[in-house]
Amino acid sequence: MHADPKGVLTGVHFLDGDHACCEGTLAAGARFSAGYPITPSTEVVERFAWRIPTVGGIFIQMEDELAASIAIQGAVWGGAKAFTVTSGPGFSLMMEHIGYAAITETPCVFVNVQRGGPSTGLPTLPAQADMMQAKWGSHGDYSIIALCPNSPQECFDLTITAFNLSEEFRVPVMMMLDECVGHMTEKVVIPEADTIAITPRRFTKKTPEEFRLFEPQSDMVPDMVKAGDGYRFHVTGLTHDERGYPSMNVETQDVLVRRMHDKLKPFENGRAIYEAEFLDDAEVVVVSYGITSRVAQRALQLAREQGVKAGKFRMISAWPFPEQHIRELAGRVKAFVVPELNMGQMVREVERCAAGKAKVVSVPHAGGSVHDPDVILKAILEAAR
Amino acid sequence: MQRGLTKLGLTEIRIGGFGGQGVILAAVVIGKAAAIFEGGYATMTQSFGPEARGGSSSAQVILSGDPILYPYVANPDILVVMSQEAYTRFSPQLKPGGILITEQELVRIDQAPTGIRMYGVPATRLAEELGRKVVLNIVMVGFFGAVTNMLNPDNLRQAVADSVPPAMQKLNLQAFDKGFAYGAEMIQGLAEDKDAEQLFALES
Repeated sequence: MHADPKGVLTGVHFLDGDHACCEGTLAAGARFSAGYPITPSTEVVERFAWRIPTVGGIFIQMEDELAASIAIQGAVWGGAKAFTVTSGPGFSLMMEHIGYAAITETPCVFVNVQRGGPSTGLPTLPAQADMMQAKWGSHGDYSIIALCPNSPQECFDLTITAFNLSEEFRVPVMMMLDECVGHMTEKVVIPEADTIAITPRRFTKKTPEEFRLFEPQSDMVPDMVKAGDGYRFHVTGLTHDERGYPSMNVETQDVLVRRMHDKLKPFENGRAIYEAEFLDDAEVVVVSYGITSRVAQRALQLAREQGVKAGKFRMISAWPFPEQHIRELAGRVKAFVVPELNMGQMVREVERCAAGKAKVVSVPHAGGSVHDPDVILKAILEAAR
Repeated sequence: MQRGLTKLGLTEIRIGGFGGQGVILAAVVIGKAAAIFEGGYATMTQSFGPEARGGSSSAQVILSGDPILYPYVANPDILVVMSQEAYTRFSPQLKPGGILITEQELVRIDQAPTGIRMYGVPATRLAEELGRKVVLNIVMVGFFGAVTNMLNPDNLRQAVADSVPPAMQKLNLQAFDKGFAYGAEMIQGLAEDKDAEQLFALES
């Protein structure tokens, strides 16, 4: 299925990451958003509120982030593609409903334009310190997908990917921008609508009599219905059986939680999105994501100019963690260098997967700016020694 | 002089002024001219944060023939200032050999920095001559285009037209032309007068 041309602003634009992300939501088919303003993410929905009357859809400014993050789920069960947008403090408030989206398998997108934290922290300056929160922030065991764009162009492209993945796997997908990428203006090419692939909602083909709300299909993901189509259904955050009714016992819990956990395995095993360079001869691999990957690229160039065999593994999908790739690399490289705008979050995953086979060097940054490329370079040179 | 971004290394530009002078739009026009009409790369970032309050505004644009990795400007090659505060704040950061462009009636320079090239334009007054003070930023862009000679003027002009509402296009293009003519005349004058050029190209 292709994008609806009504939402696609085909052309060459000079847009910031937030606005490009908004255009991505429209191209992906989102026709509902609810949000509560917070720097540095507001521009995404500000533009959406401006654009949506001509495209046809709804934006609601809610009373807070809790309301915004559950309103979008109502819209999804009403048949819309929907998303919300926030930054650190608001992301914290949304955690409960991220868990709700996970257990009710509600396809939706959460855009988090990360700023310095904790708490209100640095409203106008970048960080990447919500990476663990994106995966583990709500209680219980669940799986999500998180994508990390490093340019306005990718804010557009990956937002479409985020919606498509959320529909395919029926999981909340996190768009993990940061203030730098969100507020950076660059050329953004928006292609023709008929070249943009869109994953439609997996509506059931079964009759209301045959249909069961959480009956897994061959890919472990259940098909969906929407309100008003004549299917009776019950959506709950309680542990539920295939019919969708609460069934609070060990067996149902085991089936449900395992399935929610396992349904992303196909993504994990072989569909991780990443960019790699110079891995064939690499002795040191720089693992990075988001804005830091651009700064790291500069450090990498400098290192190679100095004759160091440094390679790049840039995570575009950070969750599920690209475990296979790191495990495979760990067997043949000397060290991983992991710069990130936090005190060392994804580096823990790298360490876990390296499992002692390669040295892992964290290059932390408390946020508020980006790394000095020389700091990353120094870490690469030391790791190569 | 050879023009064109592909011939150009990385060029870092900072533009500063008061809020309301159109600092950000000036940066957008320059970035757009480079990235869209010139076929190069441009990354623009705005200064958010405490310094964006209290009436001051600044933007950074990086232009290059190659993809731009590091997004921020520490030491600009070109500094465009439209307020005294912006001059005071940013002029120490200008690279040796860099270009300083000022709104000359809003920025007083007691002691010119050495080792840079300096060009002034009465942009607010030129804009007022067109009947609307608000287009001073586009006068500055025109002047910038003429004195730096980095981007094809047609591309800059097109970026102006592309960045303003249709009803404001004519006025903004006039503003661009006025600023450009002022700058072109100045450069020609300097070329004819070697002594004057010495004054503007002070070697440290």
